[in-house]
Amino acid sequence: MANEPTSAQEMADGLRAVGYLADGPTALVSFLATKLGKPVLVEGPAGVGKTELAKALAKYLGRELVRLQCYEGLDEAKALYEWNYRKQLLRIQAESDGAGWDSVQDDIFGEQFLLERPLLTAIAASEPVVLLIDEIDKTDQEFEAMLLELLSDFQITIPELGRIEARTHPVVLLTSNNSRELTEALKRRCLYLWLDYPDFEHELEIVRVHCPELPETITRKLVEVVQMVRELDLKKPPSIAESIDWARALLLLGADDIDQAVFRETMSVIVKHRTDLDTVAERVGVRLEPAQAV
Amino acid sequence: MTSGHVDFDGQIVAFAEDLRTEGVSVGTSELLDAFSALELVDWGALGDFRETLAATIAKSPEDRRLFALVFDRFFFRATELEALRLEVAEPQTRFGDGELDLDELRRQIARALRDSTDGDLRDLARLAIAAFGKGHGSGVLGVDVQRIRRALGLRSERQPELPEDDPRREGIPREQLRRFEQALRRELERAQIERNQALPPKRALTDLDRSLPGGPVQDLAAVHRVVAQLRRRLASGGHELRGHSRHAHVDVRATMRASLQTGGVPITLKYRPRRPRRPELFVLCDVSTSVTSASTFFLSILHALHDVFRKQRSFVFIERISEVTDVFQRERDFRAAAAAISRDAGVADISGYTDYGRVWSEFLAEIEDELHPRATVIVLGDARTNGRPPREDLFAAITAKAGRTFWLNPEPKLYWNYGDSVISAYAQYCEAFECWRTDQLEDFVRALTRPRVS
Repeated sequence: MANEPTSAQEMADGLRAVGYLADGPTALVSFLATKLGKPVLVEGPAGVGKTELAKALAKYLGRELVRLQCYEGLDEAKALYEWNYRKQLLRIQAESDGAGWDSVQDDIFGEQFLLERPLLTAIAASEPVVLLIDEIDKTDQEFEAMLLELLSDFQITIPELGRIEARTHPVVLLTSNNSRELTEALKRRCLYLWLDYPDFEHELEIVRVHCPELPETITRKLVEVVQMVRELDLKKPPSIAESIDWARALLLLGADDIDQAVFRETMSVIVKHRTDLDTVAERVGVRLEPAQAV
Repeated sequence: MTSGHVDFDGQIVAFAEDLRTEGVSVGTSELLDAFSALELVDWGALGDFRETLAATIAKSPEDRRLFALVFDRFFFRATELEALRLEVAEPQTRFGDGELDLDELRRQIARALRDSTDGDLRDLARLAIAAFGKGHGSGVLGVDVQRIRRALGLRSERQPELPEDDPRREGIPREQLRRFEQALRRELERAQIERNQALPPKRALTDLDRSLPGGPVQDLAAVHRVVAQLRRRLASGGHELRGHSRHAHVDVRATMRASLQTGGVPITLKYRPRRPRRPELFVLCDVSTSVTSASTFFLSILHALHDVFRKQRSFVFIERISEVTDVFQRERDFRAAAAAISRDAGVADISGYTDYGRVWSEFLAEIEDELHPRATVIVLGDARTNGRPPREDLFAAITAKAGRTFWLNPEPKLYWNYGDSVISAYAQYCEAFECWRTDQLEDFVRALTRPRVS
């Protein structure tokens, strides 16, 4: 099913239908991205659903998701394309002596010797795709510069083959955890979306959607606790993904209330640093009711 | 802004201009994006209009904050100007004498504030101004706002002395209160403009407006964030400036691949990409009494540095120097580490006064052989020698051995070189920075990536 939303509201409803609850700005910017054909730079703390947004978009628009995970030292060969040199070698060796140099040379730089990497895949796809460039802030500035051609003109230049232009227009999402300031040039080419931790009602709804079996009272309490924990000064505040994990864990354990004992046992689902654990136990744990005597 | 009616596109351009004066860089291409995006959304709704502009123009969290402030200011002024031009005035809300139960009104406003997440604050504010702000304004908006708030008895703290059913008993949510105050301020401003029949001069955003809401400087999380950035900068920034390394490793695979172009003869050699070098850090931190207030900040920097750098050696000093590397490696918790340092670092000397000369000589003796051009030395201290010889010659020896040396001084630049501060003697051998707030720490990080002159 290929959907083409015609308004931000339609986009929000569509994303909701595939299980992603987008707030106003998120739906609006996603809608603009599909309409304007501009890449979107999504920033925000870890675990607020940046990557999920791309997946949901792909699902809703009925497009394939092409994902490029960035890391320090990522280079063109891993991101754009690479010549399949083993195959080229074989081609040369299999060549009988009679063939001329020119024909060999023409041959081995043909498209069948090209290994497509995510970016080229996204460009060359015959059906439009959703391209997710995940954690762009992990790469070097050089790589960012390389992306510029792709992001503004949707084309890639391969020296031996020439320019490859996009056959279809992909929706591009770049995510960043803001661990490094991105270059102005990159930002200028993108729409900007800041995803933050959701407010109480919104998060409640998200947890409900992902964990509908959990009793309402527990869900409510869980979100309250998570929001409380987030206000502490922690190394790694719990993300939405972690509150969902916690909800699932509580469901599995069959907990019927979040009291001190349950909290102490399952706290490690949402808090992942030893020092944070102490702080949270100290500040939040005591506010819950003590465990009921059995 | 004075020429009366301006078309809508012109308003947006003027808005962008306003943003630029406040330091948000808005490119022309971004403006064009904004226009084409606005064609797609129904911008009759204020929220969508604003979000669309923000998505195309403001592209970082800081820019977002500035954008919100400037947006409010700009469109408020633009509307008021139009209203003045067309001579539209807001109908005044008036109460006859005696028909108003002030106490009941107080409770009603408080209830509306507490219950509504998105209540019509504007109407509430107008009501409050009409009831409690009658005429006699002090002329200073902030004072009037606080006066009305007090008259309403609105507080964020609990007020247990109030009766059970009073909505103010449990305190009003802080965020609600802030928004209500904002609405009050806006309505007061509007009334003022109507009275004067003119717009007040535009007020530039102050530093206070710009700074992020939050606690005082010693925000550990913020320090950690900045230091994490520092690591990235030190590790991966500025390769192109360092020139080529003398030896490199041949990448056989890439060379083979390149050789295909020359029929299998490896004519061009391909080298392995140079991995970012692991920086080595030596950090010296002053913990004497003259920097007591800053030393928490310093220690938190030290602590954060230890989180991200593996090859780091830390020293604290007062009169003598003492290595605390293992304390930080052992203690992940900042408070525990700080306590351990004050307990058993062994720097609590007789006088408690810093002796820089002695510190340098001890540091040199201990570490001289390990300093090399790839090492970075960071000194955190106020360079107050208490009249003792500064021994800048020893310091020069250290800087000559180390690759780069930085000095972070917790004193405002104004006080440098006054009294017993000898920072200028040291500053000629290193780069000295004023650093007592996290944003200054960021400045320092930024300076690190600047190309070196030498």
